[in-house]
Amino acid sequence: MPGNVLAALVSPFTDFVFMQHALLGCLALSLSAPPVGVFLMLRRMSLTGDAMAHAILPGAAIGYLVAGLSLGAMTLGGLVAGLAVVAASGWVSRTTLLREDTSLAAFYLMSLALGVVIISSQGRNVDLLHVLFGSVLALDRAAVAFLGGVAATTLTTLALLYRPLVLECLDPGFLRAVSRWSPVAHYGFLALLVLNLVAGFQALGTLLAVGMMILPAAIARLWVRELKRLLAVAVVVCAVGSVVGLILSYHLEMPSGPGIVLTLGGFYLLSLLAGPRGAVRARRVPALHLKA
Amino acid sequence: MVSARRACLDDNALSTSRCAGPDRPPFILLRLHNLTLGYDRHPAVHHLDLTVAPGSLLAVVGPNGAGKSTLLKGIAGLLQPMSGHVQRTPASARMAYLPQQAEIDRSFPLAVFHTVAMGLWHETGALGRLSAAQRHRVQHALDAVGLAGFERRTLDTLSGGQFQRVLFARLILRDAPLILLDEPFAAVDEATTAALMALVQVWHAQGRTVLAVLHDLALVRRHFPLTLLLAREAVAFGPTDEVLTPQQLQRTRGMVEAFDDLAPACETAHA
Repeated sequence: MPGNVLAALVSPFTDFVFMQHALLGCLALSLSAPPVGVFLMLRRMSLTGDAMAHAILPGAAIGYLVAGLSLGAMTLGGLVAGLAVVAASGWVSRTTLLREDTSLAAFYLMSLALGVVIISSQGRNVDLLHVLFGSVLALDRAAVAFLGGVAATTLTTLALLYRPLVLECLDPGFLRAVSRWSPVAHYGFLALLVLNLVAGFQALGTLLAVGMMILPAAIARLWVRELKRLLAVAVVVCAVGSVVGLILSYHLEMPSGPGIVLTLGGFYLLSLLAGPRGAVRARRVPALHLKA
Repeated sequence: MVSARRACLDDNALSTSRCAGPDRPPFILLRLHNLTLGYDRHPAVHHLDLTVAPGSLLAVVGPNGAGKSTLLKGIAGLLQPMSGHVQRTPASARMAYLPQQAEIDRSFPLAVFHTVAMGLWHETGALGRLSAAQRHRVQHALDAVGLAGFERRTLDTLSGGQFQRVLFARLILRDAPLILLDEPFAAVDEATTAALMALVQVWHAQGRTVLAVLHDLALVRRHFPLTLLLAREAVAFGPTDEVLTPQQLQRTRGMVEAFDDLAPACETAHA
């Protein structure tokens, strides 16, 4: 029996190259997306990730129109569209009384509508589904290499920006008083967000790419408190969830992107029940308050 | 314009400020020239002239909306003047600024030690590692504010008073000649206020210049030799007991005019 279980766990990856690519791609994403998600969560920008995910759609669609189902063109288009929305909404929030969330919402809605128009002008629903939902199993060697590059870039940038970014979240006034890093931290972080969304949409599609950011971050928050532990737990949870999700989706014959996000969602529900800071355990043992 | 300059530049008798000694010319740490600061074309600080001598311990007092926080932001360089300018000297180029607690995310799960260590930014920059000596100084600052043992606690577990002590420990590490405090004792109990006020007096004794926005007039009378009474414009500036008189305080009421989109453009000459 244990042998069968082991085979069920391992054989998808030993038997099929596309599963190996999917595994490597998801592990690379697990290194970069969850840390971005932790900072999104701590900055109360969880839904900003979702908004940005929609904002990259027209860029990816234009890339598709120009070059077909080409990784490079769609990635470049998505990056340009995402960064344009970041820059435009940042400019509006600095020069008018609209706050960043409102100006971002305005631009991402325009961007999303434009994307839908572009895609529908082609009229082939399969392509729309691919852009919206991605396909982990369609990752080729180049896509995996790209995801690895994104992970390396993200981790390096986060390491360089760590101190300014933490201060930008915690006490932006102090950061602006001691240095000129504030805009670098803010826009550098949003650029990382766009980069990871573009990376994620190769695998999970634009709609679910945020799943590998926010769900691991939320899960980590229910188990540990301190920032560095949050980052570490989120990465580990995301990696485990990706592998479990891939295996489940293989055996249950369901799309792998939603499989991964649903697995992470299951972890989240379990954490609500079992996590020390979850909804249930914290309430079930009220008598166990500490002495001090 | 109120004779703000007089209090320090001409009145050398002020014992608390080192405007001039017998063998020293008058020193200026910071000078505001006809400074107007505000938001969306509406002035919050209006045509303010002020000279601050090195070593001053200056309270900034005034009703809500008087522009006290705006003034500190302007001095700290966080807000571009609408007109006029802030003249800094090399001694005041580096300053330590304590924002109001409301502008800080107190739920951020960073450890106390690392939060305080951010005060060494001018030495470490964004990237530098903390040396053993620097870690020792962080520890020393934590001891000084009575937070020894809290190093690994995260900010979201602290009370309001403990959090304010963290911010003061960070100020200690800034080691700045000019310290700007925006309502440092708001929402802080008496014991913590006393402990933090003692730190302010240590800074004063060390010759640092401290500007503090305060609402507790009794505290100002007890500890602050100089006061600026602000109601968008300087109502009075000088020794605290001359500034905080019932007549002067009465004058501030009604001086903070309503925010009026239809107000005509201010015609006062731009100096």
